[in-house]
Amino acid sequence: MNLSAAVLEFADEPVSGLLAQATLKPVGDCGLLVEFGSHICDEVSRRVLQLDEALSNEKIHGVVEAIVAYTSLLVVFDPHLADYDGLARRMTSLASAPPSMRAKTRRWRVPVAYGGVFGLDLEDACDRLGMSPADLAAAHAGADYTIAMFGFLPGFAYLSGLPSWLALPRRASPRARIFSGSIAIGGSQTAIGSIEGPSGWNVIGRTPLRTFDAERYPATIFEPGDNVRLEPITIEQFHELAARAESGEMVAERVA
Amino acid sequence: MSVLEILNCGPATTIQDGGRPGLSRIGLPSAGAMDQRALRLANALVGNPPHAGAVELAFAGLVARAIGGAMQLALAGAPADIECGGRAEQSHRTFILHEGEELRIGAMTNGIYAVLAIAGGIAVPPVLGSCSLDARAAIGGLVGRPLRPGDCLPLNGRATPFVSRWSNAVGLDPLVPIRVVVGPQDHAFTERGVQTLLGRPFTVSHGINRMAYRLQGSVIERKPGIELISDGTLPGSIQVPPDGYPIVLMADRQTIGGYPKIATVISADLGKLAQRCPGQEVCFAPVTAREAREIACQVGVSDLNVRQGVPPGLERYSSPDALDLEAIGNVADAVVDACDVTTWEIAAAAKVSRVGPRNKDA
Repeated sequence: MNLSAAVLEFADEPVSGLLAQATLKPVGDCGLLVEFGSHICDEVSRRVLQLDEALSNEKIHGVVEAIVAYTSLLVVFDPHLADYDGLARRMTSLASAPPSMRAKTRRWRVPVAYGGVFGLDLEDACDRLGMSPADLAAAHAGADYTIAMFGFLPGFAYLSGLPSWLALPRRASPRARIFSGSIAIGGSQTAIGSIEGPSGWNVIGRTPLRTFDAERYPATIFEPGDNVRLEPITIEQFHELAARAESGEMVAERVA
Repeated sequence: MSVLEILNCGPATTIQDGGRPGLSRIGLPSAGAMDQRALRLANALVGNPPHAGAVELAFAGLVARAIGGAMQLALAGAPADIECGGRAEQSHRTFILHEGEELRIGAMTNGIYAVLAIAGGIAVPPVLGSCSLDARAAIGGLVGRPLRPGDCLPLNGRATPFVSRWSNAVGLDPLVPIRVVVGPQDHAFTERGVQTLLGRPFTVSHGINRMAYRLQGSVIERKPGIELISDGTLPGSIQVPPDGYPIVLMADRQTIGGYPKIATVISADLGKLAQRCPGQEVCFAPVTAREAREIACQVGVSDLNVRQGVPPGLERYSSPDALDLEAIGNVADAVVDACDVTTWEIAAAAKVSRVGPRNKDA
């Protein structure tokens, strides 16, 4: 069986056409990409996270890590210790197993100061969406989010679950630098920022949480698949929490 | 404890080792030496473990001074003229810098990256398992940034006497094809687009740094109307943005990319590509995933061709191409604009004031 582009059928689950198959492909000599469909949706993201968890439970010799994305999992392996064909067989069987719910979904309450000096684009976003700042903050904070993937910058967390009516095109000209912990909307996506960096997204708030800290173990607070609720706080609360975060305190509340 | 004091260096001089693999899932590139062959070779010459931390030079040379004791060093990768305490030395050969003496390394005479290893290694604490600088995350290296004049590199004490060693040079043949595995998103391109990548020569642009190398040449044709979703990248991923010119992701890459990836450079060849200068040619040659694995495994067994003593007779080594040194430089993997246009111009200007006599065929 040629596994270089193996297509798996999932018969055990009543899934939509988009979810009906996973495709495996080599990425150079160190990577194996498992793709689930070509459209971003919660079911696909869940599928990716389930496979990621199954893979981490499997402890396959030679697997270095797996990079979670909205619709795919990129398994990184050491070609001295694992080979593509063997790994593809293992991944095929893992991906074909009936999906089980994650053993435990971690839930977080993350404080966010909307608007003011931290919401550089909040007014503009409100104009474009035809909402008041308070309504936008309430709507953004009221949604139920999942950490879909990390990328762009270390610890930069892409969230799935943004209500579709809050989608906003990216800014025409990116900013060279935005605050660490910025909360922003880019197209149909929203994210919790990590360290300072450039951004073309619409910045609407900021969390005092230090989402990435290389001196801490683990360096990131969240894991792909974690559930996140955003909790509006005032600028005064932000500064108080930021000071506590600076001294190493965890200012996000883990609720489950 | 002896210290190597940096008196002068280029803007993209950094500490790099084998990298910090395993953290791409939280958005961290693995960083590490751009040419892992050069890292392994420089370390082998001075008797260090293959992936120990060393100083990576990009284009520009370096001036440094030994403080607190003598040290043994070796430079591998892109060749440069070396003057050590006033004595002329060579790349790919150990030399000793005595207490108080100055080391002067000229600009690279060929290639881009050279690695300076010091016997015993550099005593900097690893961050997330590696001392490689990741400039974007501001972690690793001496203090989370490239080296600059005035920095003092603390060195580990050495337990063994200095042994003279030499080796063949790292292969820098600019005409060797760079091998790729096609995909994973080749379906986003027309057949002609894929054939353009594999059949036409490209040229390295001035837009190169530790994150990515932008190439110029024929436009790679994409299929219209293919929806693209950001997904994981590897060092070696070849992205094609809407302008149709390929971008090869390197050690400091973004871990998630939104452009379709037409092919992936195999790990054994990424260091070779890293050494191609702006204006030099790049041809891609396809291999299957299975062939790519065989090549990777050969790299591991052939290992380093380092010999004790001094090279017989001649100062020049036979043929760099005869060398069976290859790279693992793969998953090992960190935003230093090593080689943007400005740096290139600085480096080019620096070549005028190169130290020591120039080897005519370096």
